[in-house]
Amino acid sequence: MRLNDEERAMLAGESGEPRRWAIAHQIAIGEFFDAPDLVPVSQAHIMADTESLGEAGVEFLERLAALPDGERRVRVPTLTDPRGLDFSVYKRLGHSEAMAALEARTIAALKSFGVLMTDTCINYQTIMPFVRGEHLAMGDTGVVIYSNSVFGARSNFEGGPSALAAGLTGRTPRYGYHLDEFRRATRRFRLAAAPCNLAEWGALGGIVGRACGSYWEVPLIEGIEIVPGSDALKHFGAALASYGSVALFHMPGITAEEAVLADPAIPGIAIGRADIDAFLASYAAPGDAVDVVVFAAPQLSLVEMAGVADALDGRRVNPRTTLLVATSPEIKHAADRMGLTQRIEAAGGVVAAGLCFYQSYAGELAEANGWRRLVTNSAKLVNIIGGYGYRPTLMSLENCIEAAVTGRM
Amino acid sequence: MPIILRCHPGVGPAVEGVALVARDNFSARYDLDRKKGVFSRPSHILAGQSYNNRILVLDTAKGGVATAWMLHEMKARGIVPLAFVFNRVNPILAQGAAFGAVTLVDRFDGDVTEMIRTGDRLRIDPAVGVVAIVDRDR
Repeated sequence: MRLNDEERAMLAGESGEPRRWAIAHQIAIGEFFDAPDLVPVSQAHIMADTESLGEAGVEFLERLAALPDGERRVRVPTLTDPRGLDFSVYKRLGHSEAMAALEARTIAALKSFGVLMTDTCINYQTIMPFVRGEHLAMGDTGVVIYSNSVFGARSNFEGGPSALAAGLTGRTPRYGYHLDEFRRATRRFRLAAAPCNLAEWGALGGIVGRACGSYWEVPLIEGIEIVPGSDALKHFGAALASYGSVALFHMPGITAEEAVLADPAIPGIAIGRADIDAFLASYAAPGDAVDVVVFAAPQLSLVEMAGVADALDGRRVNPRTTLLVATSPEIKHAADRMGLTQRIEAAGGVVAAGLCFYQSYAGELAEANGWRRLVTNSAKLVNIIGGYGYRPTLMSLENCIEAAVTGRM
Repeated sequence: MPIILRCHPGVGPAVEGVALVARDNFSARYDLDRKKGVFSRPSHILAGQSYNNRILVLDTAKGGVATAWMLHEMKARGIVPLAFVFNRVNPILAQGAAFGAVTLVDRFDGDVTEMIRTGDRLRIDPAVGVVAIVDRDR
């Protein structure tokens, strides 16, 4: 890889150990993916939940965080993805004191780097929308796919260590979705049915994601007659990234870039109503008792929060069922101010800020609370949560609320 | 003579061990019970099987970013695959392997999940991009 004088100095340790570690890590990744050089980024975004970090990861952060201030401070605005728990509700949800202690250590370490503790996977809706062509180091697959597709920004999936490295050096290896040639459409889908709600947009993302099945595939989706809103594209993209590891999609006339087909002869695959219905039905469990209803993954927008509050008005969550709503700290403040939190909690729901459920010791919560049957309107969550021992069902927001109130599907 | 498979140069140390092969994908968060060291996702082809100290030969990496931290954490606890030999990975598995110093190679000529069988003994040299099947003749 080509390095400039500043980068060579970093690699030689002249800017301190954190930046030496960071650029050495980036060079290893860049060489693995044949990157020609490093590209400056305007922001980084770190996924650093304590379940993933473990004791070893927290100790790694603390070692770097103990080095001199001038050596360890990030060089570009660096945000955080959701935390492992919310200190205001963790006891109600069944998180342990050991988890809370590890979380507190992680937060202290991240703050010492000068990281902005946004604790959100919807920064593109709540913190700052991106600009076409802007190079980024985003650390959440849903953030990456939305930023690349809807805004035309440029980011690869940057895991926690790599996003921290990008914050410290202000750059990232130039490969994958930083380069024009990787942004051409490689798969083609034609939609013959309109998704009716966010769960169905997620189902569509799941269908396309399963068909793509690789980070290096870029689907083009045609036939969308009504422009989907931000929450619809959020759920579509998050599910597409989750089921397919996909980082960029094109919807002609809707997404930012004019889609170029890698090969004009790519055949189109039709997706119809029967496909969406079959996807939803594959997770159905009619009549089952419902242990937990989760609205998360991605965190809820203010509009989604209002939707949950409206659907719960005049109703009461079944005492055998937990209803959990996860949003970002910014949206939680807004929801508090507008009375949405109070309305959800008055109906028996729990509103958590800065977490996203699946990153929050979901396996341990299942054991602590005896949870198995989970209901959600997030296709992304349905895809993830099976490995944690849950049996998930994907339904519309209204049907999720019905399940929470009756305690049954 | 061992069977020699060539691939793109990878990351991590040179290692030798036993292969566990499936035409399936991988995410540390989605697919594993990391305490027990087994594949836990019911729909995974390797569900119920131990991954500890095995060379996982799979198709591709999938899902979220958690694997980037988790391999480091798994290695610190000593319950971790010995290496990853994939057709093609995403950035997260590469970042996780580099950060956790776990051996990873990908990009072979042909489908590596067909060229290697479960139980094969492999020697991996990621610096040059070579996987040798040491206990099977051509």
